[in-house]
Amino acid sequence: MSPKRAPANEESFEQSLGRLEKIVERLEQGDVALEESLRLYEEGVALSRRCAEKLQQVELVLKRLERDVDDNLKLLDDDTAEA
Amino acid sequence: MSLDRPFLTVSEITRKIKLLLEGEFPAVVVQGEVSNLRRHTSGHIYLTLKDEGAQIAAVIWRSRAASLSLIPEDGMKVVASGRVTVYEVRGQYQLDISGIRPLGLGELQMAFERLKARLAEEGLFEERHKQPLPVFPHRVGVVTSETGAALQDILNVLRRRFPGIEVVLSPARVQGAGAAHEIASAIRDLNEHGNIDVMIVGRGGGSLEDLWAFNEEEVARAIFASGIPVVSAVGHEIDYTIADYVADRRAPTPSAAAEMVVPDRRAVLERVAGLARQLGDVFRDDLDARREAVRRALSSYALSRPLDLLRQYSQRLDDRTRAMTLSLRHTFEMAASRLEGLHARVSSMDPGLALRRGYAIVYRDGKPVSGSGILRPQDRIDVTFRDGIARSTVESVEPS
Repeated sequence: MSPKRAPANEESFEQSLGRLEKIVERLEQGDVALEESLRLYEEGVALSRRCAEKLQQVELVLKRLERDVDDNLKLLDDDTAEA
Repeated sequence: MSLDRPFLTVSEITRKIKLLLEGEFPAVVVQGEVSNLRRHTSGHIYLTLKDEGAQIAAVIWRSRAASLSLIPEDGMKVVASGRVTVYEVRGQYQLDISGIRPLGLGELQMAFERLKARLAEEGLFEERHKQPLPVFPHRVGVVTSETGAALQDILNVLRRRFPGIEVVLSPARVQGAGAAHEIASAIRDLNEHGNIDVMIVGRGGGSLEDLWAFNEEEVARAIFASGIPVVSAVGHEIDYTIADYVADRRAPTPSAAAEMVVPDRRAVLERVAGLARQLGDVFRDDLDARREAVRRALSSYALSRPLDLLRQYSQRLDDRTRAMTLSLRHTFEMAASRLEGLHARVSSMDPGLALRRGYAIVYRDGKPVSGSGILRPQDRIDVTFRDGIARSTVESVEPS
């Protein structure tokens, strides 16, 4: 549930989708060895499942950017705007 | 005899007056008419602000004069912010102006056109400076008032369309004296903090005066300097501000801005599901073609043993791919139905709907008030309507 490591995660959503497209393209071209073709298919299945899971994430995380007394920027969890 | 009392030198009393005045008026906003305006060769601007009953001397130092969105002229009605200072040498007090904006529609319009022309001349609105928005943002920055309806509108749309994201609010007052500076600072803060993919800068609807901060140069400069793509969302469809021209994209409303920055996840899910389907089809076709080729090659030899082997191999492949395809389809069906359920729930909770139907939401200290029971007389509350906020004080609380 922790969104902390999410930047890498998010990048990988875009990348996963791009990689999935590449795989479908590659398989459509044909002339892939059987083993390679099977490997690509399995990778594609894993990728599309990962994408679908990411899309089911339901929590929007709200944070506030504020300056503390020493004028340093701090990212705080926000509860004010959550009903 | 009073003359026997200890006396002050002129310097001493002036010093006291200076401390008193400057301590009392470190930040004021004054409304008045400009008169007797003189531009000194040094670049400083001296003027008098007056109304029917009084007048006050004022100065705009050269360093500030350069960045003002408004060049004041005699007879112009203005709102000036600054502090009171005492010039000891001449025993005079004056208003040291740090910000000035026109009062009155005609003057606002004139200042708007003037700044727009100047920034256009500088190239701030040019297409080549526009940054593209990311397709799948992970972190969305929002610069707006934390109590305004705009924030709630934005959050509602994001929750509905693509909730798996993080929203970073960089709060700023969006109207009144100092608002432009707060907005510009909030934009710079998001940039300094970094790790934000796109930001929305805006507020809900209001009068031209209410929206004025978004027509000020400091905000325009901050948007232009932002390394993070900026979507402006000020007021309603018909309101155009300087911020809109400088921003990488202009959204007609805060809700529309939220729709711009994230994709509709149902559409994305459909795309992923489509790709998964295509993947399965392509792979099956590929296998069929291979089987067919081998079958043709082998049929002439009538080699039953290898054919058997091949059939077994082929069946194993089929089983494996069928299992994968089935569980994948299950994944997507689950995802789709969860999205449907969620969408229905989120829509029914959307306070924006109530606001649009004419209801209002009451906030105290930025938190929605769910019942009169928690309110006390003299509590300061914000009654938020679809198009603005009424800042109010509770007179009395009576249970219904």
